[in-house]
Amino acid sequence: MIKRLRVLAPLIAACAAAGSALAAAPEPWRLGFQAAASPVMERISEFHNLLLVIITGITVFVLGLMVYVALRFNEKSNPVPSKTTHNTVLEVLWTAVPVVILMVIAVPSFKLLYFMDRAQNAEMTIKVIGHQWYWSYEYPDHGNFTFDSLMVPDDELKDGQPRLLAVDNKVVLPIDTDIRILLTSDDVLHAWAVPALITKLDAVPGRINETWMRINREGTYYGQCSELCGVNHGFMPVAVEAVSKETFQAWVKTANKEFARADSDALQVAETGTGAR
Amino acid sequence: MAYGASATAHDAHEHIPTGWRRWLYSTNHKDIGTMYMVLAMIGGVVGGAMSWFIRLELAVPGIQYIDDFQFYNVLVTAHGLIMVFFVVMPALIGGFGNWIVPLMIGAPDMAFPRMNNISFWLLAAALILLVTAALIGGGPGTGWTVYPPLSNAEYHPGPAVDFAILSLHLAGASSLLGAINFITTILNMRAPGMTLHRMPLFVWSILVTAFLLLLAMPVLAGALTMLLTDRNFGTSFFDAAGGGDPILWQHLFWFFGHPEVYIMILPGFGVISQVVSTFSRKPVFGYLGMAYAMVSIGVIGFIVWAHHMYTVGLDVDTRAYFVAATLVIAVPTGIKIFSWIATMWGGSIRFDTPMLWAMGFIALFVVGGVTGLVLANAGVNTAVHDTYYVVAHFHYVLSLGAVFSIFTAFYYWIGKMTGRQYPETLGRIHFWLTFVSVNLLFFPMHFLGLQGMPRRIPDYADAYAGWNLVSSFGALLTALATVLFFYIVYRTFTAGEKVAANPWGEGATTLEWTVESPAPFHTHEEIPAMGRRQPAE
Repeated sequence: MIKRLRVLAPLIAACAAAGSALAAAPEPWRLGFQAAASPVMERISEFHNLLLVIITGITVFVLGLMVYVALRFNEKSNPVPSKTTHNTVLEVLWTAVPVVILMVIAVPSFKLLYFMDRAQNAEMTIKVIGHQWYWSYEYPDHGNFTFDSLMVPDDELKDGQPRLLAVDNKVVLPIDTDIRILLTSDDVLHAWAVPALITKLDAVPGRINETWMRINREGTYYGQCSELCGVNHGFMPVAVEAVSKETFQAWVKTANKEFARADSDALQVAETGTGAR
Repeated sequence: MAYGASATAHDAHEHIPTGWRRWLYSTNHKDIGTMYMVLAMIGGVVGGAMSWFIRLELAVPGIQYIDDFQFYNVLVTAHGLIMVFFVVMPALIGGFGNWIVPLMIGAPDMAFPRMNNISFWLLAAALILLVTAALIGGGPGTGWTVYPPLSNAEYHPGPAVDFAILSLHLAGASSLLGAINFITTILNMRAPGMTLHRMPLFVWSILVTAFLLLLAMPVLAGALTMLLTDRNFGTSFFDAAGGGDPILWQHLFWFFGHPEVYIMILPGFGVISQVVSTFSRKPVFGYLGMAYAMVSIGVIGFIVWAHHMYTVGLDVDTRAYFVAATLVIAVPTGIKIFSWIATMWGGSIRFDTPMLWAMGFIALFVVGGVTGLVLANAGVNTAVHDTYYVVAHFHYVLSLGAVFSIFTAFYYWIGKMTGRQYPETLGRIHFWLTFVSVNLLFFPMHFLGLQGMPRRIPDYADAYAGWNLVSSFGALLTALATVLFFYIVYRTFTAGEKVAANPWGEGATTLEWTVESPAPFHTHEEIPAMGRRQPAE
């Protein structure tokens, strides 16, 4: 009960603050994207802002026409209907103008798409493997250690850990680094998604999918599995902890002691492809 | 054989079978259409109840009522499948298509009346199979897309998914037979003088839909059969470990699935065209452009399927192609929207209930359409793929698009079907209540999706609570509106005013308004004179 009230309380505050906070997690009553924390996400936000203007314009234009038509051409104000059924100029216009608008959309859309696809010269690689219902990570460039990342159940949450989003082992990654991400799955389809960093790619058994990210600032970024993967689909979050390069190196040292090596036993999953690094 | 039925019928000319025989053995397009509509209403109540249960669970964070998440996934799956195959399609194609198309083209019945009967009963059997699937062996918790490996025997043992597959097989066969029937009827049984270019746009929309069904359903049937043998007979079409590929399923499914969404919305386009023209008391503006816009939407609909798969790991050039192809669909869709407005322009518009629903359709379809424009771009799509933004988008075009067109058609033709008019004031209240509540229900989902809330989850992070509560409140109001609708149906049958052949006046120019209301059991027994009803080009 108390939780429910707490949820409703920040309505006004959050509305006012929308957009100002550097969100790395969802916020109450927010209207748009989480604040961008990667170059890809920045470009997506920018492009989405353009799209938002265009689609709002189209919607307002069409709704405006409908309101005008309803007021001007109703039974009372226009008792005798016209019999016009053609207007070539008009018909050419409403075919041609949308084409122009589509061109305006398509050009930045293609640019963005190709920019997002791959890192040209990735500085490091991590592997992400989806399981029912947790993620495991491998760091082939940093000693090839591996660990599992499971959701923290509600009754074990510590202060400040968001329910359903917090995990036991976060993926620690350095900021300002081009990171290649290789994805596969151990069982069914999953999708690894972090909204503030705009990485979303399916983990498919039998395939290795590739994407990349570059994190602009330190912080913890939350996401969730985004492809229906069975009973606990809603309970396999992603948590990325972005740290400075130095902190990352220090973490790698302890991680190598703490976690097993990916090639130490039967854990050899999809080794090929990144071995060259 | 088809004409044999009408040849032997003349000894029993005015004989109307009674009791259960009239319905079970029916070869009458009107009775079969009515049965389709009753099925759609049953499906609508079942599928709607599921969605209200989902919204109830999602009203506040935490687990409220559904602690078995497999059951939650089954609800999501069954809601989707029922709404697609057992509500929208039977209402628009089987229901209004069957009832109105022969009346509109001046045909005495469908070309193959007995096939029409089996089309319906296959669908009824399919609905029973699907409900059975949900109740046995844990149910199919796969989503309506039935993606393997989750739908494979390893992850869904037990008969539930097999039952769902067989259900879709029967529904597919039903649709195929229906499609063949419509194509034959429309191409061969039009009244003399009604050339293709004089056909009412509703008939055009059913014709295009029937071709889409004819081409898309076999692909679904093939894919389903492969999944069935994967599950039961040791094949591995979709199993990577056996040399197959789960992505192959997605290609096959969406090659069917994308035309399927146009199958659901095109008949709605047809309905809206008729109604807008009738109540503006003007012929449709740009008739040929409207007809061929539907044809081109149908054609392009077959070459855009992978825009449902932008995040599966497709090659970047492939994605670029699908972006381009998908954006192109906006052009014919725009032509339709603008032509409807141009039809109203200069008209003398009466705002009876059907017209309100039609204008509501146009408004909401534009909103759903422009979010489609956003989703078409593979880049931005990555951000919102599999989030509530997508849920909002397809509910705007289907739940608000297709369903609004069903209500439009209901209020427009109910007088013709029953001989009794709906109560006008209640009809308008029904419209406004639905219009407000569905916007409350679905618009906040855009915000949730942009923030990253994934689809198909039974519980969500606490920050998503606010908009989810608004959405669930909208669902509650929508439920009230639905109850009101059933009351209106009841009032129409029990206390509706008797209506004349044409209650809508000079704007209603199509042939169904020339026969008396209710339309007699047999109509157009003599070939009707066409005249110049639809303006020739």
